[in-house]
Amino acid sequence: MISVVLWAVACLLALAPVGIVLSARPRGSFMLYGACLVLTATLCITAVLHLLDPAHPVLRTTLPVGLPWLGAHFRLDALSAFFLVVINLGGAAASLFALGYGRHEEQPGRVLPFYPAYLAGMSVVVLANDAFSFLVAWEFMSLTSWALVVSHHRDAENIRAGYVYLLMASFGTLALLLAFGALASGPGYDFDAIRASHPSAALSSLVVILVLLGTGSKAGLVPLHAWLPLAHPAAPSHVSGLMSGVMTKVAVYGFVRIVFDLLPEPEWWWSMVVLLAGGPTATLGVLYALMQRDIKRVLAYSTIENIGIIFTGLGLALAFKAQGLDWVAALAFTAALLHVFNHALFKSLLFFGAGAVLESTGVRDMEKLGGLIHRMPKTAFAMLVGCVAISALPPFNGFVSEWLMFQAILLSPQLPSWGLKLIVPAIGGLLALAAAFAAACFVKLYGISFLGRPRSDVAASAHETDRFSLAAMFSLAALCLLAGILPGLFIDALAPVSKAMVGNVMPHQTGLEWLSVVPIAESRSSYNGLLVFVFAALCGTAAASAIHRLASDRLRRAPAWDCGYPDADPAIQYSASSFSQPIRRVFGSLVFAAREIGEMPPPSSPRPARLTVEMRDLIWDGLYGPIAIAIGFATIRINVLQFLTIRSYLTLVFVALIVLLLVVSL
Amino acid sequence: MNVLRDIFSQGAQMLLVLLLAPLLTGFVRKAKARLLRRRGPPLLQPYRDLVRLMRKDVVLADNASWLFRVIPYLMFAGTWVAASLVPTFGNGLLFSWTADLIAIIALLGSARFFQALAGMDVGTAFGGIGSSREVMIATLAEPAILMTVFAVAMIAGSTQLSTVAEFMGSDAVGLRVSLGMAFVALTIVALAENARIPVDNPATHLELTMVHEAMVLEYSGRHLALIDLSSQLKLLLYVSLIACVFVPWGTATADASAATLALGALLYIGKLTVFGFLLALFETSIAKMRVFRIPEFLGAALMLALLATLLRFVSGSL
Repeated sequence: MISVVLWAVACLLALAPVGIVLSARPRGSFMLYGACLVLTATLCITAVLHLLDPAHPVLRTTLPVGLPWLGAHFRLDALSAFFLVVINLGGAAASLFALGYGRHEEQPGRVLPFYPAYLAGMSVVVLANDAFSFLVAWEFMSLTSWALVVSHHRDAENIRAGYVYLLMASFGTLALLLAFGALASGPGYDFDAIRASHPSAALSSLVVILVLLGTGSKAGLVPLHAWLPLAHPAAPSHVSGLMSGVMTKVAVYGFVRIVFDLLPEPEWWWSMVVLLAGGPTATLGVLYALMQRDIKRVLAYSTIENIGIIFTGLGLALAFKAQGLDWVAALAFTAALLHVFNHALFKSLLFFGAGAVLESTGVRDMEKLGGLIHRMPKTAFAMLVGCVAISALPPFNGFVSEWLMFQAILLSPQLPSWGLKLIVPAIGGLLALAAAFAAACFVKLYGISFLGRPRSDVAASAHETDRFSLAAMFSLAALCLLAGILPGLFIDALAPVSKAMVGNVMPHQTGLEWLSVVPIAESRSSYNGLLVFVFAALCGTAAASAIHRLASDRLRRAPAWDCGYPDADPAIQYSASSFSQPIRRVFGSLVFAAREIGEMPPPSSPRPARLTVEMRDLIWDGLYGPIAIAIGFATIRINVLQFLTIRSYLTLVFVALIVLLLVVSL
Repeated sequence: MNVLRDIFSQGAQMLLVLLLAPLLTGFVRKAKARLLRRRGPPLLQPYRDLVRLMRKDVVLADNASWLFRVIPYLMFAGTWVAASLVPTFGNGLLFSWTADLIAIIALLGSARFFQALAGMDVGTAFGGIGSSREVMIATLAEPAILMTVFAVAMIAGSTQLSTVAEFMGSDAVGLRVSLGMAFVALTIVALAENARIPVDNPATHLELTMVHEAMVLEYSGRHLALIDLSSQLKLLLYVSLIACVFVPWGTATADASAATLALGALLYIGKLTVFGFLLALFETSIAKMRVFRIPEFLGAALMLALLATLLRFVSGSL
């Protein structure tokens, strides 16, 4: 089975040079994306079959590439299989979407060669079984996605986004490189050898911090998130969907693989660090999202929120695992992984919808959209499903994973350590706050862009998108509903992963009456998405038919009432900025140092009044600004070394040699 | 036999909440009017309003979308399902395991999500202001109620409402600080969620501080009737929730006889009356707040609920 997977990945890699040739052909992009669709679908199905295999085999193979004495080790176990499913489901959906969307690409030569290579890179990361292949694949994934980010390079903003992304990706890889260096000092690069070794507690703790920095910078943990909202929206929309929905999950995979699998039993304070990174990330990410007016940037910031939720789940799992409560650890871990899967579904869906809007109107600014539900009804329906799902509302899938997360938090008074006892309720509060913000954020996104009246001519003349894009969006929407009403199937599929990583599993779900989800015991908590859905649908249709039959079904169209003062100008509507004004006023003054400056002209002056809103990104100002200044300062100082005389250079070389010899001899 | 009784009990509950909800609203209105020494509308006026609205034509704004027409049914369905899962007179609801307390809150959240969308559909300034303020209130009220649920669930060891109610009715509860805090927090959230004074004024229609009424301004006829009925159901739900968690005495257990069930029903109506009167008393004795005072009011609820949860983490007996 692993050979099928590796062959499919190799075919994806081979498609990259083919992409250069195809990009010149008129139907080239269609052929390339079609091939990608077939390959990713194959990979996805193979991985699903492996995940559902009752024997849970661990397959290994070694290829004679890479370092000459090492070779490239690959391994397909339950964890890799699950992430392969996520990557290639996202990849297949993106390829299907791009069958239609890719036709509108002005310079296909800048996208087509990198797209299959990017897909292959992500798959190799989760298959790699030695540090060298892992890092090479990781860097390959970063570089190909960078190439896709700067594919529309005429836009100065995209070039800046690409630059920041490249810097942060290098930083992340450096941290991972150091982490693997620390791990591999004794046993070597092979993951199996690392797993069998017993690094000291201090070394493991160092590795955890480095891995959190390395994978967190790729996943977008606050404060390492700065590149994400710049880079993800800059790429073409199907790639944005992949970057947000899938590549951040590869980073999650890296974290899980190293911290849960390669390292020995966790220390209890590791989980504190992870929780303290995850909880604030969730709340801050969505608060940033609420303040944006660019539709793709809202989605990118919301990715940061969801990564925060996932890392909170992983932190809880670590905490429970460290205290030996592995049955609760299984619950938290499953919740986190289920959220990985769910987020890949609805974030891809939302980015595709944003892409369809962008293609149809040419704008990403919500203040210029509006009323798209009339012009693009099918896209609007799929987007509605995505918005409800990501807002963690039943009966869709986002709710299930957050519900499981809350159940895990409710069990955490059992943790003996006091630090965790004090932190976990606060983290629970932050998660609850994040869920409420997310609902507000997506009411805004949907209400401003799709409802109301068009705010510009391009929005008024928008057209429905093509059938491939619609097929991609609707299949993802269907999966969102399916995972929401039958979550037991998905939880059971995750059991082998949880068994391998935290040593226990959640109770078996599919055999339960009425297909409920019961994380611990029925007297404690249970949820049945299917029945809620059926109940609500029955109640709604019963009410509708009863009222239509017994009371009235007549309907008249008339101008809007608006309390008697209707205004024909669409500018009278609430805009994206005004919609979030109350929230900005309540929370923004604290988090963004937001200030509103109203400028009223004197009574006789005909000058219009002005309202200016000032917001500052405190993390950017407080962390990245000083670092940039320090680096600038240092480079100017070091620059002096470039203009020395030959004598000074010789002295320098001599001193360096002496120091080196001293170090070696000591 | 048992299954039959369970189905009957669940069906009775669904009908009961639907029938009682307008009565509770009518009662609160009447009590408020009497406290102001007005005569007030008749107790059954909400029913008459609903019937009249249902019979009228719907006047739909020209650019209203299909979503605008579907939302009243979605809201009604979500609220009704949620309300029929909160124990009223008896605990042994057949489908109580379908959705626990967190899921009930989330169902109400779905209804609110759609309501806020409906406010923005026609594209008027009033709808936007209502939705914008509603989500601002929700961003504080939802975490507050979730934290309250956490505190209560940790005390009872379950998020299952039937189990919680049974535990709260037993002697094992005792007097706890965290429960008191949770009660205050839940009351504040209930006031906010039901658009009552001091957060919103249910009686106003043309005022810049209005929230709920601004969102539903464009609705008419049967759509408006359904939205009104949903709000009435929501009020009943919150009162039942507070009653079943904090005043669970008299609620019939799962295997109760018909007489106990009847007694439970009587007691339930008694509780509704008391809470309805207290609500009216509270509303007449306090003024409405400015919009930007609401975050402080709800923030207090959030802090109380957080403190209650924290207490539970720190000590098992508080």
